[in-house]
Formats: sequence, C-alpha cells, structure tokens
Amino acid sequence: MAKSASPKKNNVKSKKAASSQLIPNRERPDEPERYSADKETLLAFYREMLLIRRFEEKAGQLYGLGLIGGFCHLYIGQEAVVVGLQSAIEPGKDSVITGYRDHGHMLACGIDPNIVMAELTGREAGISRGKGGSMHMFSVEHGFYGGHGIVGAQVSLGAGLAFGHKYKEDGGICLSYFGDGASNQGQVYESFNMAELWKLPVIFVIENNQYAMGTSVNRASSEDQLYKRGDSFRIPGIQVDGMDVLAVRGAAEVAVDWVRSGKGPILLEMKTYRYRGHSMSDPARYRSRDEVQEVRDKSDPIERAKGELLEMGMKEDELKAIDKEIRKIVSDSADFAETSPEPDAKELYTDILVEQY
Amino acid sequence: MAIDLKMPALSPTMEEGTLARWLVKEGDEVSSGDIIAEIETDKATMEFETIEEGTIGSLLVAEGSDNVKVGTVIATLIGEDEDATSSSEAGENSGVVDTETPAEVVTISNDIAPPVIVRADDPSVPEGTIMNNMTVRDALRDAMAEEMRKDERVFVMGEEVAEYQGAYKVTQGLLAEFGDKRVIDTPITEYGFAGIGTGAAMGGLKPVIEFMTFNFAMQAIDHVINSAAKTNYMSGGQMRCPIVFRGPNGAASRVGAQHSQNYAPWYASVPGLIVISPYDSADAKGLLKAAIQSEDPVVFLENEMLYGRSFDVPDLADHILPIGKARIVREGNDITIVSYSIGVGLSLEAADMLAEEGIDAEVIDLRTIRPLDKETVLQSLAKTNNLVVAEEGWHICSVGSEIISICMEEGFDNLDSPVTRVTNENVPMPYAANLEKLALINADKIATTCRDILGL
Repeated sequence: MAKSASPKKNNVKSKKAASSQLIPNRERPDEPERYSADKETLLAFYREMLLIRRFEEKAGQLYGLGLIGGFCHLYIGQEAVVVGLQSAIEPGKDSVITGYRDHGHMLACGIDPNIVMAELTGREAGISRGKGGSMHMFSVEHGFYGGHGIVGAQVSLGAGLAFGHKYKEDGGICLSYFGDGASNQGQVYESFNMAELWKLPVIFVIENNQYAMGTSVNRASSEDQLYKRGDSFRIPGIQVDGMDVLAVRGAAEVAVDWVRSGKGPILLEMKTYRYRGHSMSDPARYRSRDEVQEVRDKSDPIERAKGELLEMGMKEDELKAIDKEIRKIVSDSADFAETSPEPDAKELYTDILVEQY
Repeated sequence: MAIDLKMPALSPTMEEGTLARWLVKEGDEVSSGDIIAEIETDKATMEFETIEEGTIGSLLVAEGSDNVKVGTVIATLIGEDEDATSSSEAGENSGVVDTETPAEVVTISNDIAPPVIVRADDPSVPEGTIMNNMTVRDALRDAMAEEMRKDERVFVMGEEVAEYQGAYKVTQGLLAEFGDKRVIDTPITEYGFAGIGTGAAMGGLKPVIEFMTFNFAMQAIDHVINSAAKTNYMSGGQMRCPIVFRGPNGAASRVGAQHSQNYAPWYASVPGLIVISPYDSADAKGLLKAAIQSEDPVVFLENEMLYGRSFDVPDLADHILPIGKARIVREGNDITIVSYSIGVGLSLEAADMLAEEGIDAEVIDLRTIRPLDKETVLQSLAKTNNLVVAEEGWHICSVGSEIISICMEEGFDNLDSPVTRVTNENVPMPYAANLEKLALINADKIATTCRDILGL
C-alpha cells in the first residue's frame, strides 16, 4: 500500500505514556499524533484490515477441513498493527521481517493472497512452492524476509537487514515485528545493543497481544511496560494503541522519520489482542470468553474504522459491497489453494543448496 | 444453497472428536466469529466459530455425540440473502474429509534422488609457479583480503576482528586496508551477531562471521542452522543466505573441556550447509575464497594448533579450490587413512612411521566434510581394501561413523577388514597435561590401529 500523500495532523494526542519517561539530555522522538486520514486513505486501511480478517477466517476454516496442516497462527484482532505500519514505509526500498504469525504481514506487503493461501495448503503454486508452510514464507521481491519459526530470531535477522541497508547506503529501513513473548529472548537485547551502537535503521515493533502462547505478559515479564525495554540501550520507546489503525499510522510516521534520519533504532510497543488461540490447536483456557468478547465489542480495529467511515459519509451499502468483494477474493484464494496441485515429488531435492558442488 | 458446517480438525493430529455442546439453536442468527459449538478433541475442549453470516438451518449432529469424524457435516447455515426454507441437501454425514488432495504414497524413485555430481579436480598449478611458504593464519587472511578487494559486499564481523587484529591474528591488517565499515568489532554476543550477519546475507551482502572459537558458536547455532541453512529450501529457492561462519574448531592446548571440541559432525549433519575443514595453507586459502564466493551458507572450521604452521601456497592471482573435493595427500597401496583438519598431519606422521616398517599407507584429506567426497574414499578403499578414519574428536556419531557407513553400504565387497576409527577418548577434555595427552588422538595411535588391522 502506498504512503498517503498529505498527512494531515489533528490535535488529538495519543496516550502520553512515553513522554513521562523523558530522560534529560537525550533526544527523544516527537510524541506521535493520531493520523488524520481522509476518507480514501481510511477506506484503504479498512479494506486491507478486512482482507486480513477474512483471509485468516478462511485459513481457520481450511484448517478445520484438514486442508491446512501443522501449526497455523492467525492474526485476527491484530490487523491494525501491520496495516498502519506498512502504510508508512516505502515498498521496494524498505524491508520487513516477522515471526510465524505472518499471513497478515504478507497481505499487507501486497503479496497475492492466492499464493499465500496455496502455501498454507502446501501446494506447488505456494509462495515457497509448498516447502515452507504457514510459518516460513518469504518474498524478496516484496521486501518481505519471512516468516520465521524461531521466537525472536527475526529481531537479530531484522537488525541484519537494517545493517545491510546502512552498508549499501540505499536509504532503506527495516521493520522487525515480534511478540511480547519474543521480547524476553536474549538475542533481542543483543540485537538492541548492536543496533543502537551502530545506529542501524530498524524499527523494532513489539506486537503485544497480551499472551505468549498461554502465558500472560504479567506472568512472563518483570517489566511489563514493554516500550521501556530499549531504555538501557538508549533506544527510545513509544507505546501505541495497536487496536487503532490511525494511532498506529501516526506512531509509524514518527518512527520512520526517526530511523530514516539516521538516529538509530526505535521501539514501538503495539498494545493489541488476538481473538483466536495462539495456534489453531490452542483452546485458550488461560483467558475467559468474556475477556475476548469485551475486546471484540469495544476495541475491534475494523469496527472502529468502519464507524469512522460511516461518520465520514460512507454508506452501509458501500461497505457491504467492499465486504462482498473481499469475501470473493478470499474465497477465490481458497479455491486456488485447494485446486492447485501438490509439489512434484522432484521438488524434494531442489533448493537445498544454490550451487552444485 | 445452504452452507455446510463441517466437523473441524482442531489440531495437527485430530481425526475425530466429541461434539460436546451446541451454543446455538436452529433459527439463530449468527455472524462471523460467533462461537456455535464446543468440541472436545483428544487434548482439549475447543470452541468452534462460524466465519459466515446467516441463520442456523439445521443441527445435524446431536450434542454429546462421540467419535464424530473430521469433515462430517454437523450443521447447515443459510446465508442472509437466501430463503430460510430452502434447506440443505447436504445433510448426510459424509464422514470423510473431501480435500481433493492426492493421497497416493510418494515413493522416492531414482529420478528424484539427488543428482550424482562429478566433481572437478583441483585446477592444475602451472609449471614454474612460485610457491610461497606461509602460515595457515596468513593464508586465511589473504583469502579474506583478496575477496574483499574483489567484492564490495564482503565484510568481516566478529569479536576482536578489527582493532585487536583478531584474537588469533587471523584478521591482522584488514582494518587498516578496508576500514571499520567492512571490518567490524562486535560485543561478546554470538547469538546476536550471528543473526545480524545472517540477516545481512538475506539482504544481499556476503558476510564473513568470525567466531573466536566454535565453542562459542553454540550460543549462535540456532542462526547457523535454523536461519541460514534452511532459508533457501523453505523459501522455494528465492531467498539465499551466502554467509561464511569461520573460526577455530577442535582442541587447542590446555584450555579444558568447554574450549576443546570438534563440531564438524554437528554441522555436517545439516542439509543446506557446506562444511569445510582444511589442513594446510594452500587449502585454507583456496577453500576460504571458494566459501566466500559461494551463494550458500558455509561453516568453515579452522584449527588453532595449525594457525602457526607453514606450508607452500602457489603464488597465483586467484588460487581457488573446488568445494566438495577430497585430496589424496599421500599415495599408498596397503591401507587408507581418511582424515581432515589437524588429523591429516597426524595421519601423515603415522604414514611415515608405517613406511619405515614397509607399510604403504594412503592418506586422504577430506577438506570438505559436507558434501562429502565419498567417491575418492571408495576409490581408495577399492585399491587398499583397508581403511582407518583418524579424527580429532569423539568417535560416537562422528565423521568417522559416516565414513564407516559409506564403506559398508557402498564398498562392502572391497573390505578386507572392519573400517576402524581412531579418535580422541570418549571424555570431556581434561585440563591436566598428562590427561589431555591421553585423551587426544596422536600419530602413534593411528599407526598402531593400522598395524592391528593389517595383522602386523
């Protein structure tokens, strides 16, 4: 998705949490403001979030039908995070990397839903020719570097991608997404240290969906205000309402400006929530149904955007038509993914190495 | 037509489950995300959500039904634009998942087996080429410097590689020539900088990551294996990771158990990696250059005890050797000693001792551990009919174990005696000088084993 042309700021300040942590003599990024989107831009965000939601619902359904195997981690509830952030970077110039909950990131990078779904069903037409699966998908063409199954690995790898941007002097930055669970991994802090030492152009995005599999943030993190996790490395942190796509976009602008201007890394803590279990086989007994329902009712990012669009004069019918259109895209991707052939048996031994020795 | 709601698979292994409870009744309106039933799997009770909007038509499976097969239609949903009276015709239990997935068993026939590669020999060194006597350390340094001059994407990163000039002085002089953009000191954080290097390789650079020793690379082995080795395969060949992880491997001297270990067998077991472990200066230089030029991730295992030893290196503009090719370093007819790294020197010593007794031993330096040049090993076995593997490391699940398998599987008819391993003792490396000496492989042990095998 292209960066919106003229960002208009309004006076609605987002949460002040970060500003109270001002440390003297250290430059801090500006306090982000909620992005003031015109109807067209917000509609684009809405579409994108809806595509992710419907795609993930369909993936869950295909999993239930046995068409998708293994682990399948759905992004439902967190859509505003990736849509808001991806809208602020430059496709073709910047790079993106995340963990195994990656379907939404791929769609937000503009990757064809058909080949993502076909990878989920393990087919030849899948983006990894069926050899990666849900957790291991990549598109170098779209600057999407995975899709990594080891919790926290994408933080070091993302710092490495940022190192590459700086080394090549190509002006690019890296967005490295990880969860509240990964934020306790040792390599995250090793990478923070080097990223700040070397002023690497990387935005570390903690998608704090409150649960690392079944363990809540409070039970796993001695400092549960995760935006402060960069403090001892002098990496500024900002806490953001990750259920509000415009708040996310506003914070993304501040972060992108900071990082692109050579000031080094920045940390964004996105407070978000996943509606589904950790993976398809998680009964989610560690939280109540009421808790999930409350978030859905009060904070759903798509409903929020929808409400604002209606206020801006969009008609219910128009939104309904969009929903229908997106259902069609998703349903087509499922058909494509179901009917595409499995990889040829010859693929077993391809792509292990690039060269022959 | 109504939408069939089927019994879902809710875990990677679920085939059937219990429909514990309906949370909706016929005629209820539902929208996407509503939980309509609770289903018990072998592991847990899960909630079943609808992803469609509409009205529940009929509930086809009663609450409390056990052994409901995945894929059975359990309810129908009437879409909001449809007439609620046009009920589903798909009410019968299909009982089978209709995935349209070809279910035939895939057998690995010869046409999909890995291609047999005919490996190139070392390029011949032209007549009259000057030979420079240089240490392994300098040969490695020259290899990096030459590749850095040729390719801007190549950089060196690791602990003490720049200002300190290398913990073992392998990177001496590189900072002065290439500057701190391309010769980069890191904090002592192997996991982190191995990951940063791997990410940089994914992003199009060609990193040479130095581990002060491979003992410390255990902190980083996740990136070597999970991130670097598997990426090309997992991405269907679109994302490469051309990186070299290098540093000293194996026992040094009097540094005890945590600093004395041979990791060649560990890395050599991983598809997607190249593993090289040279012995002399010419191979160290020629193979490190090949490793840096390679588009694949390479683990390059050096040896601290060899850094200071000098060997001839041909004075060529671009001395580069083929990866995956073993070298016969001494020809013989009576018995073959297969080795790599520091074991090659010990094997040559043993061969000298045996020669004095009239035993003509052939010594093979594997040089590359993965892919392993089994053809050279098997050809030698066919000639000598007796084979010993000499390896500075433990014998269990060793490179020697692999050589034995190859000889059993593909050279059985050529064996006059059991293939035998000569290795370190099966203990953590002790510190005391006498115990360390006892624990390590040496030329005497190799020679003795050869005599035993030949019944001499």
